Amino acid sequence: MNKITAYLASSLLAVSIFTACKQERKLPFYGERHAETVRDAAGVEKIDTVYQTIPDWSFLNQDSVVTTSKATDGKVYIADFFFTSCTTICPTMHRNLATVFSEFKLNPDVMFVSHTIDFKYDKPSVLKKYAQKLGVDGSKWLFLYGSKDSVYTLAEKNYLVAVGEDSTAKDGYIHQGYLVLIDKDRHIRGAYDGTKEEQVEQLKKDIPVLLAEYNK
Amino acid sequence: MSNGKDIYKAKCQNCHGENGEGLGQLAPPLTDSVFLKTNKNRLACFIKNGANESLMIHGKEYKEKMPAFPELADIDVAQVMVYITNSFGNKQGFVPYSQVSKHLQNCK
Ligand code: HEC
Repeated sequence: MNKITAYLASSLLAVSIFTACKQERKLPFYGERHAETVRDAAGVEKIDTVYQTIPDWSFLNQDSVVTTSKATDGKVYIADFFFTSCTTICPTMHRNLATVFSEFKLNPDVMFVSHTIDFKYDKPSVLKKYAQKLGVDGSKWLFLYGSKDSVYTLAEKNYLVAVGEDSTAKDGYIHQGYLVLIDKDRHIRGAYDGTKEEQVEQLKKDIPVLLAEYNK
Repeated sequence: MSNGKDIYKAKCQNCHGENGEGLGQLAPPLTDSVFLKTNKNRLACFIKNGANESLMIHGKEYKEKMPAFPELADIDVAQVMVYITNSFGNKQGFVPYSQVSKHLQNCK
């Protein structure tokens, strides 16, 4: 192949990729990725990209029932980190997330998972009261309690959300207000600032785009 | 009034909402004109020192804790008070700064 045909071929490829994108928007993958050699069904070796994956977890939910990552198997879900006595960003995050919740309330493929970072005070009974008062108590929106280590590691290493204890902060903890969108294969497909209405509106548009990937 | 609105947006709106609608049972609405009028003399203290008691707003009970805002000067409290008592359907008119100061000296 000479240079010109190679150039033509690659620009044709670019055009077809471009039109494909225009027809179906696809959400990006976030986090670390690496290439791995896998065998397909026929035993042929090929190189696959492996994306950052949320590991198995096990916590207590707002009903004090042990709840594991099985609860979100086969679901698209939105995860966040908060605490009930947070007087700054959390009320806004959850006011906004509650509007996403009501929009997708009837969709069995969508779930919500809020992890408390206040391991001292936010026992399941406190989470239960909070969920009831927010008006979202039920199995579709999990409020999870766990040890400091397990929750903080999950936040920082896996969901890529910064959290921490800080005695100089108004309420004793600092954390980012991201709403993290996770796909059915536990990959990170979006992160939206839950305190910003425009970003939460974007999340509402992105959930159906992600769900559409599974309808093929 | 515009300063009162800025304070409201920065410090109060997260819980009480853009239109004073509150947040579920976690934070009460600021639309109960009767409550605001009857408790006129306590509002400044609620705002500066927070609140942690059972309050009946629009016939519903609220008892979550509202944080204190010690950083607000008396004049800021007066301004945000004027803002909330004249927004969201409330119309209570001007609150003299001197009165707010007096209330704040006598908070329980
Ligand atoms: C973290 C959430 C939160 C923030 C921030 C907050 N409040 Fe409140 N507010 C509450 C709660 C909860 C109550 C009910 C307290 C109780 O029952 O003792 C309340 C009660 C009130 C009341 C009396 C009840 C009513 O609904 O009329 C007023 C007035 C009020 N807040 C004004 C303000 C103002 C002004 C600010 C900002 C300077 C503010 N609040 C910030 C949560 C909050």
